[in-house]
Amino acid sequence: MTRKRRRLYMVAAGVTMLGIAAALVLNAFQDNLVFFFSPSELAAREITAGQRIRVGGLVEEGSIERQADSHTVRFTVTDTARSVRVVYSGMLPDLFREGQGVVVQGSLGPDGVFSAEEVLAKHDENYMPPEVADALQKAGHWQKGGGT
Amino acid sequence: MHRFANPSRFLRLSAAILPWSTAACVCLLVVGLYFALVASPPDYQQSETVRIMYVHVPAAWMAMGTYAFLALASATGLIWKHPLADLTAKAAAPIGASFTFIALATGALWGQPTWGTWWVWDARLTSVLILLFLYLGYMALWNAFDDETRAARAAAILALVGIVNLPIIKFSVEWWNTLHQPASVLRIGGPTIDPSMLLPLLLMAGAFLFYFVTILLLRIRLELAGRKLRTVQFNRARASLRGTT
Repeated sequence: MTRKRRRLYMVAAGVTMLGIAAALVLNAFQDNLVFFFSPSELAAREITAGQRIRVGGLVEEGSIERQADSHTVRFTVTDTARSVRVVYSGMLPDLFREGQGVVVQGSLGPDGVFSAEEVLAKHDENYMPPEVADALQKAGHWQKGGGT
Repeated sequence: MHRFANPSRFLRLSAAILPWSTAACVCLLVVGLYFALVASPPDYQQSETVRIMYVHVPAAWMAMGTYAFLALASATGLIWKHPLADLTAKAAAPIGASFTFIALATGALWGQPTWGTWWVWDARLTSVLILLFLYLGYMALWNAFDDETRAARAAAILALVGIVNLPIIKFSVEWWNTLHQPASVLRIGGPTIDPSMLLPLLLMAGAFLFYFVTILLLRIRLELAGRKLRTVQFNRARASLRGTT
């Protein structure tokens, strides 16, 4: 009985210590584990021009400008506190629209404009039929595509 | 002989459960698939692509649930030296690996039209890929030893080490910025999924759960039968050897 008890304590202690070690390591690597920075986080840290990073946020309403050659698009990514201007040429995902969450990968130019090599749409956690989305929007409870 | 008493009790119990768990799995799957593919509305944003979720989310839940179950069975085997516990953990591993693979594959199929990419190295996707490798490593470790007792102990320790990955998977979408969206069902403040879509999701989750129960019981019975066969073959070989001398 005592040997079983001892094994139980050893397993419990081992898993606990492993958990603490994992928590410390993950905490130390916080910056490398985030997939993207928000525009506010971007402003708070030193980013050298040309460094490859990802920035995520919402496409600001009314900010999308398509160039004449139709491949280049300019838009603003915002987290409502701060925003960053993005220029991109290439295929956009289907979900890309104003008010939609996006993650752009690329680098910050010297002029502060972010030139993106890749634009990914971010889906939020809301799932509903179109009728419900329309009804909610009419009632003014919720902004379509804007998340919560 | 309490070592044999428990497996025989298990054989009786599992024989009684199997028809019911099979029937529950088939019924839930038929009704669940009808709701998932026909009777549920398309999403306001993803339209028909949302239907991938009815396989993806239950598979991901079961991938994590199976791992928790496997780790618990491994701990039981390690601490109380229960022979059936090690076999249960061993039998659960390939099922969990399959669930994990299904979650990753359906996720990639959903990611391509929705995000615009098959795969990204964000915290959620990467931690689930690690879960798949944990399952594969666990299965490989079982096969790396000739002695079953040593194999069971080594595999159980790996299973317990891997348990730190479960909270990382679950909370990765809250702790760090990820491309993967946060939880829609198991979250504080209630589900953010319309009831017409939650119903097929829960039906499919039930079907997956009973699929797991059914396959797990069958696999444990297979393991026990394999052991019995080896014992019989060993005894027969020894008897024939004795007969010749």
